[in-house]
Amino acid sequence: MSEEQTEKMTIVAALNSALDVALGLDERVIMMGEDIADPIGGVMKATKGLSTKYGEDRVRATPIVEQTIVGSAVGAAMGGYRPVAEIMFMDFLCQAMDQIINHAAKSRFMSGGHTTVPLVVRAMVGSSNFGAQHSQALEAWFMHTPGLKVVMPSNPYDTKGLLLSSIFDDDPVIFIENMAMSYSVPGMVPTGDYRIPLGEAAVLQEGEDVTVITYGAEVHTVMAAAESLVDEMSVEVIDLRTLVPLDLTTCLESVTKTRRAIVVHGSTQFCGPGAEIATLITDELFGALDVPVARLGGTYTPIAFAKELESLPTEDKVVAALRELVERPSVARQR
Amino acid sequence: MQENGETQATEAIPSREELEWMYSIMLLAKAGDERAAAEAREGRLQAALYPVRGLEGVCAALGVAMQANDQMISSYRNLGDALSRGIPLRTIIAEAYGRLGGTSKGKGGTMHLTDNERGLVTTTGVVGSGLPMAVGLGLAAQLDGADRAIVVTFGDGSTSIGSAHEAFNLAALWNLPVVFVCQNNQWGEHTPLSSYAANPNLAERVASYGMASEQVDGFDPMATWRTLDRALAKARSGGGPSFVECLTYRLTGHSGLSDYSYVPEAELAAALERDPAPNMRRWLESSGLVDAGRLAEIEAEVEATADEAFAFAQESPPPHPDELTDDVYASGEGIPFR
Repeated sequence: MSEEQTEKMTIVAALNSALDVALGLDERVIMMGEDIADPIGGVMKATKGLSTKYGEDRVRATPIVEQTIVGSAVGAAMGGYRPVAEIMFMDFLCQAMDQIINHAAKSRFMSGGHTTVPLVVRAMVGSSNFGAQHSQALEAWFMHTPGLKVVMPSNPYDTKGLLLSSIFDDDPVIFIENMAMSYSVPGMVPTGDYRIPLGEAAVLQEGEDVTVITYGAEVHTVMAAAESLVDEMSVEVIDLRTLVPLDLTTCLESVTKTRRAIVVHGSTQFCGPGAEIATLITDELFGALDVPVARLGGTYTPIAFAKELESLPTEDKVVAALRELVERPSVARQR
Repeated sequence: MQENGETQATEAIPSREELEWMYSIMLLAKAGDERAAAEAREGRLQAALYPVRGLEGVCAALGVAMQANDQMISSYRNLGDALSRGIPLRTIIAEAYGRLGGTSKGKGGTMHLTDNERGLVTTTGVVGSGLPMAVGLGLAAQLDGADRAIVVTFGDGSTSIGSAHEAFNLAALWNLPVVFVCQNNQWGEHTPLSSYAANPNLAERVASYGMASEQVDGFDPMATWRTLDRALAKARSGGGPSFVECLTYRLTGHSGLSDYSYVPEAELAAALERDPAPNMRRWLESSGLVDAGRLAEIEAEVEATADEAFAFAQESPPPHPDELTDDVYASGEGIPFR
């Protein structure tokens, strides 16, 4: 199959296609998680048909045991396999944190480089109907843990290309999906094997007045906001795609040009990824910035159930933040 | 082997060479523990130490029962386990000193010995965390169609951890080639088993998961070897997992220099009567399997090995400061950012 053959896929279809390609390419790719085997094929159907095609030995439905789903993936990785563990909602990674942080992330280092743990842990954020324990975006916790890579795609094409790169990467990867986007943002995706390197951001839209650095579902919120502001300002939009490795180079190139930047994400703003990214940009471009790098993340609250209590960046919040950022007098000119 | 040093002539025992090796491993574990503690008391060794005193017989039995291609996951109380895999004492001690000559270049420490070539896949400092990983290694062995077994060792305290019970269930459900070796030393840190478990019969608890589960006298290296040998052979031939509860007693404090005054005197005295190495020596000699001259030779070899190991460790250079940023990722290019 070549990259030329494409199909319109949802993110779920792209996940299924990536897993199908990986299982077909390498017998060492295995999967474990709750309900992932047929007939249900995963709660979001991301693994539909795979246990039938590749066998339940390789695509294993587990009991409800998050610690041991990840723990067995760590062990299988140490045993020479490339496991993909599915942990449904990202909040449930709390159950598996010991295996992720103390074992997956640290084993290479603690063994003096003798141990390799090539595994992927897939989990979802962004559910809207479950309340505070099934919704939170926790990518900052994993960015803060040396030894892990963190991937958070925004569309079907990136989802497949990044998942394939993650599976065949020799480091443990936390691969974060978004439930709300599962079926809502279809796009053209090659049916065969292709890889998007970890650590390469995508410039989705070029602009002159301000740079928005974002990733995951917020990419769509930001693009909608930029579209509604098209008569007021020229917005450059960067989709980071991966948070570790972080493509700071692309961010710096853009902000050097626009001199104004904001980081937008769905995780809590305080101590969130935006704090680190804004600081890294400021460290490099302090004198060249018109205004301090801004952030727009989640409020410092759990995720509320009522729709009126919105914690995450909305299109309106992004529009307001961009207007404020662009209208703010330049610090450089005041000097 | 009975308490008086006799064994039933009809019961299988390892070869004479293996018996000698078992005795030497038991002595080496004891010598390593005692010298490391002395070094720590003198302030020359800054490392967390978890003595294996009391478990030496179990470790020696494991060393003979396990085959070269079997794999092990151990815990922080790992000196005897590591020696049972044939890992040289010198690299273990060098790791304790944080030196380049250690099993992990000094980056892991006493709690994190790894030697993939000798089948010590990992050791964890987190109580109970080895069991889920052993399920994964068992899965890998089963998928490989390999005739290798996985041993995970842990103390009685680990059986309180939730993920241990997840692992028991999954190993049984998937019929994995895992032998869960509980080195029951009767103490979870500083709390006795009878105070933290309503049912202190751990083998009985684990049997309910649908796997073979039994208790064995861990102070009897021959009985322990026979039980482990059966469980490992069963695992290798597709017969599924086992839980083996080796009943011993911790002959020292929880950690190298910790308070042990709370241990009931009579209990400790009774356990010291069962001290594995002296009993093994008495039995080897009285049964005529190994003569006194050869035993003295083994003892001298152990002393020399321990001397050499500590000298090697102390002379081994520390890791270069650049080592700090190595081994965090498979490739450090552009991480965390470029």
